[in-house]
Amino acid sequence: MSKHMKKFSLVIAVALLALMVAACGNGKSGSGDKKTYTIAISQILEHPSLDATRQGFLDALKDAGIVEGDNLKVDYHNAQNDSSNNLSIAKEIASKKYDLVLGIATPSASAVANEVKDMPVLFAAVSDPKDVMENPEAPEGNVTGASDTNLMATEQIMDFIAEFFPDTKNVGLIINEGEPNAVFMAENAEKALQKHGISLIRAAVVNSSEVKQAAQSLVGRADVFFITLDNTVVDAVDAIVQVANDNDIPFFSSDRDSVERGAFATVGFKYYDHGYEAGLMAVEILKNGKKPADLPVIYPEKVDFILNLSAAKEQGVTVTDAMKAKVQDPENNIIE
Amino acid sequence: MAYVLTGALELGLLYALMALGVYITFRILDFPDLTVDGSFTTGGGIAAIMIISGYSPWLATVAAFAGGAVAGMLTGLLHTKGKINGLLSGILMMIALHSINLRIMGAPNLSVARLETVFTFVKVIPHMLILVIVIKLLLDAFFKTDLGLALRATGDNPRMIESLGANTDMTKIIGVSMSNGLVALSGALIAQEQGFANISMGIGMIVIGLASVIIGEAIFGAKTVFRATLAVILGSIVYRLVVALALRVPWLNAQDLKLITAVIVIIALVLPTFQRSWKQASVARRRTEELSGGDT
Repeated sequence: MSKHMKKFSLVIAVALLALMVAACGNGKSGSGDKKTYTIAISQILEHPSLDATRQGFLDALKDAGIVEGDNLKVDYHNAQNDSSNNLSIAKEIASKKYDLVLGIATPSASAVANEVKDMPVLFAAVSDPKDVMENPEAPEGNVTGASDTNLMATEQIMDFIAEFFPDTKNVGLIINEGEPNAVFMAENAEKALQKHGISLIRAAVVNSSEVKQAAQSLVGRADVFFITLDNTVVDAVDAIVQVANDNDIPFFSSDRDSVERGAFATVGFKYYDHGYEAGLMAVEILKNGKKPADLPVIYPEKVDFILNLSAAKEQGVTVTDAMKAKVQDPENNIIE
Repeated sequence: MAYVLTGALELGLLYALMALGVYITFRILDFPDLTVDGSFTTGGGIAAIMIISGYSPWLATVAAFAGGAVAGMLTGLLHTKGKINGLLSGILMMIALHSINLRIMGAPNLSVARLETVFTFVKVIPHMLILVIVIKLLLDAFFKTDLGLALRATGDNPRMIESLGANTDMTKIIGVSMSNGLVALSGALIAQEQGFANISMGIGMIVIGLASVIIGEAIFGAKTVFRATLAVILGSIVYRLVVALALRVPWLNAQDLKLITAVIVIIALVLPTFQRSWKQASVARRRTEELSGGDT
């Protein structure tokens, strides 16, 4: 019996080996005449979250065998946060022929979606997909993508504040009202806070060098700080952390990176993962022949509470076990 | 509230250096220099990248001043040697600096929050106060030297000073260069104080600088260089106080801030003109009354 088993497993092993060799052989013979893909990426500005999104997107393609520099040509454009550049980039892309176009962040995504009518368009790092397309649940045209909001996330943060900081009367929000993403998320936060009888007070900025003073203006009026996925404000997170630490104000952000830089807590995800999920949609389109209309808009999947314990200490927050119990993946999401 | 006031004083002092830079071009040289929006970021960027690369923050701050001065010198060269209109040469330099700054920084946002900066060693309020006053006194002294006087004359009456044999190209280049050095120094200190440098940190600086100069002069007067430079520093602090208050007024919508800034500057600009015409009108009325009184 055992002898038979040995023989049998040997046969299987040999068979597997043969299969692997065959697979490799296939791969090699395929590379001779395999399709070369050309995609265009338009990104509104260079920004850590957006750069991570792009990296995740390209890595998803790479894992599916579509490798930049090998069988993938990427035309990457960056508008440097200038809306006239952004429009020219979109027009330029529309005038050429690509297998796929990716718009990163709302301004780039909506410009590309408006200009490009005859190629598949994907977007990523867009908070409100309705800024870019008509019907996110059932896309009709050539546009679909990955949204980086989870309405639930903002609501979960607000519920967390109400549950663990019951004395909170005002949540102070630092916001650039010029960013549609930020305005949209602020409205959601306001709605979520109304349930708990907490109000949201805003301090507006136009560029990141104004953030510190805006944060200072909230001291004495706000019991906790909150920021959305607001590119201008997220850039200046260090300044808010200083003010929060100086005045013992718990600081909640909407992205993981900000918590790593010293905010106390968020419900979030990694932009790299978000980009990767968008990249998987691209694989469906490029390799499996799907159309954007077949793919409804997706939202971040790996969402969890993220707590920064040393920030909590700086901001005078006692982290209770009940708070920690909110975190599903403590190993990665409780930062010492 | 006290926290907000000290915050405004801190920022006012840090931005005062930038306002002094704008004062040199705008008032002394009569040269509307828009390089400021770019060179402020250049200063912040140089300081941040050098600190991150392990250089001493003091050296980084000095290098930032030098970087700004070079940018200013290029604007001056474009204007004087290239004969490009002053406004345009500033704009050209400003947009060129955007790309150069990205090259210097290597990334759009650099954090120095957890690194040693000059403010790890010194407190903002007392030491910035000393630094700003020292720079102010140095500027006052400089504007009394032959070169300084030639610089002032370049702004007031270039033909006159040229006829006296001074090289106005040289004085302009030196002035714009000094100005942008100060602006970049301010940017370097702001970046270290707030804990990051950002590619967009300079946007709108020229307006803040002008607002500080104009508010300061309107409130504190500008009869002599000594008083004018003092007024600019105080103007920078007043500007920050106004912003701090505007941010706290509950019935003002948060996005009105830029409008408030514009209105303050307009008031500061228009008020002296109105005062003058009111004075003239009342003098005219009195004269008419005297004349008509004399007739009947």
